[in-house]
Amino acid sequence: MPQNIVALSSIGRFSGALCESSGCSSRGTCGSAADDLPDAVWQKIQDHPCYSEDAHHYFARMHIAVAPACNIQCNYCHRKFDCANESRPGVVSEKLEPEEALRKVLAVAAEVPQLSVVGIAGPGDALANAEKTFATFALIHEALPHLKLCLSTNGLMLSDHVDRIAAIGIDHVTITINMVDPEIGARIYPWIFYRHQRWEGIEAARILHQRQMAGLEALTARGILVKVNSVLIPGVNDEHLTAVNQAVRARGAFLHNVMPLISDPSHGTYYGLNGQRGPTPAELRKVQDQLGADAKLMRHCRQCRADAVGLLGEDRGAEFTRDKLGEAKPFDPAQREMYLAVVERERADRQNAKEAAQVAHKIEEAPVLVAVATKGGGRINLHFGHANEFQIYEVGPDGARFVGHRRTDKYCVGGHSEPDAMATSIAALEGVAAVFCAKIGERPRQRLKEAGVEAVDAYAFDYIEASAITWFAGRSQSGTVAATA
Amino acid sequence: MAFKIIAENCTGCGACQFECPNNAISSKGGLFSIITGKCTECKGIYPTQQCAAACPIPKTCVKA
Repeated sequence: MPQNIVALSSIGRFSGALCESSGCSSRGTCGSAADDLPDAVWQKIQDHPCYSEDAHHYFARMHIAVAPACNIQCNYCHRKFDCANESRPGVVSEKLEPEEALRKVLAVAAEVPQLSVVGIAGPGDALANAEKTFATFALIHEALPHLKLCLSTNGLMLSDHVDRIAAIGIDHVTITINMVDPEIGARIYPWIFYRHQRWEGIEAARILHQRQMAGLEALTARGILVKVNSVLIPGVNDEHLTAVNQAVRARGAFLHNVMPLISDPSHGTYYGLNGQRGPTPAELRKVQDQLGADAKLMRHCRQCRADAVGLLGEDRGAEFTRDKLGEAKPFDPAQREMYLAVVERERADRQNAKEAAQVAHKIEEAPVLVAVATKGGGRINLHFGHANEFQIYEVGPDGARFVGHRRTDKYCVGGHSEPDAMATSIAALEGVAAVFCAKIGERPRQRLKEAGVEAVDAYAFDYIEASAITWFAGRSQSGTVAATA
Repeated sequence: MAFKIIAENCTGCGACQFECPNNAISSKGGLFSIITGKCTECKGIYPTQQCAAACPIPKTCVKA
């Protein structure tokens, strides 16, 4: 059974040792980008793993797949095929009715004290299944009022439902907006179904665009936080996303998240079958940089499945399938309270460690990228061989900051022979100077060394940023930088 | 005069069920089918068959 980031059995031990606040405000613990947000917004997102890079180390989300129907066709989506190994939006293994979804949420809440957000993101469109979506939210809100409710939609039916969204207490909505120009939209959406009619081409894209903008305006007018997701499609909307950014910011969206197109012929999508490629990491980074602080805030986005459970980057969905819900134990609010207290102290300690490391070492060297094997908590706490993904930090004289993540597993290995896991990991670590992990075997260490990547396990279970900064300073002083430069 | 659903194409999303004006679509164990006696092909209600217009898979809701 996978471990929680802080083992439940150890929470009591932690809570007994809780110290007084170390003078670091909850806001200050969050590091860089969050400082740009107004206080009221930060209060709302500080425990939301999808909206706050800091929160994603500590808090978990779950998506419940109660909304299979969709009202638009996107060229990057095909829901006919499902594979439990796939990680991409629109994919689920099990659809749920509202009552089943409630049982699942209760079971997860009892097992995962990190759970802070329940979202409905499909696998179709949450508002194309509005009755089921709202019925599910109502059940969850009644049973577990501490959970934040979150909704993702393509926006087509949004403005019809703004009153209900506000009434039920949903304070986070994500709209996927890939264009503000119907001519570009026509290359992304072949058709929509709206007001009892199928619309195609530019007309379809024009209706969708108008509805998306109206929905966004209506939500922000109510004070509901709106994040906009855009799928970066090279050659289609890559140069257009600046215009999308301007349009959605002008209408009050508080975050704009740019995600790479996932395109593979085996997914059966129009783009996949027609050779439309996804962006390279450099292309994605370039667009994210153009959009400024917004996109930087969202570099931890994992493009989850519509039934994902757990911390971002992990998926415990398979532990909570319908057939396993029978023996669920009841949710214990005390456990959750203890976990929140632990997190508050951890956030403060982590920030203090980071600041202490920054003050101690001022050196003039170019920043490097390092990879971290972590299962959450902002610590280096995962065995190299157990990592499905690495968190990437840029570390230099000015400190360490999270810049993204890289997956080491393949989206789908069904029907293929086992890939060379080590080769996959090495490919994922391209351009990375060192990989920090809790432990690593001698052979992998050697193979990494041959690939020019240093394996570092000296900071096992320590805080990520502080360790990276200390390592960087030591590396610089010992002349390693000069030797490899 | 009725439509039918080609079962092997159906994704089970249920979009057709939401749209059917005659309540003619039933689902059992994730499988959707059209109740022949209830289906009017949307004649006199909508210009096109709602199930076929909403269905994400081409040629899945078709004339029986």
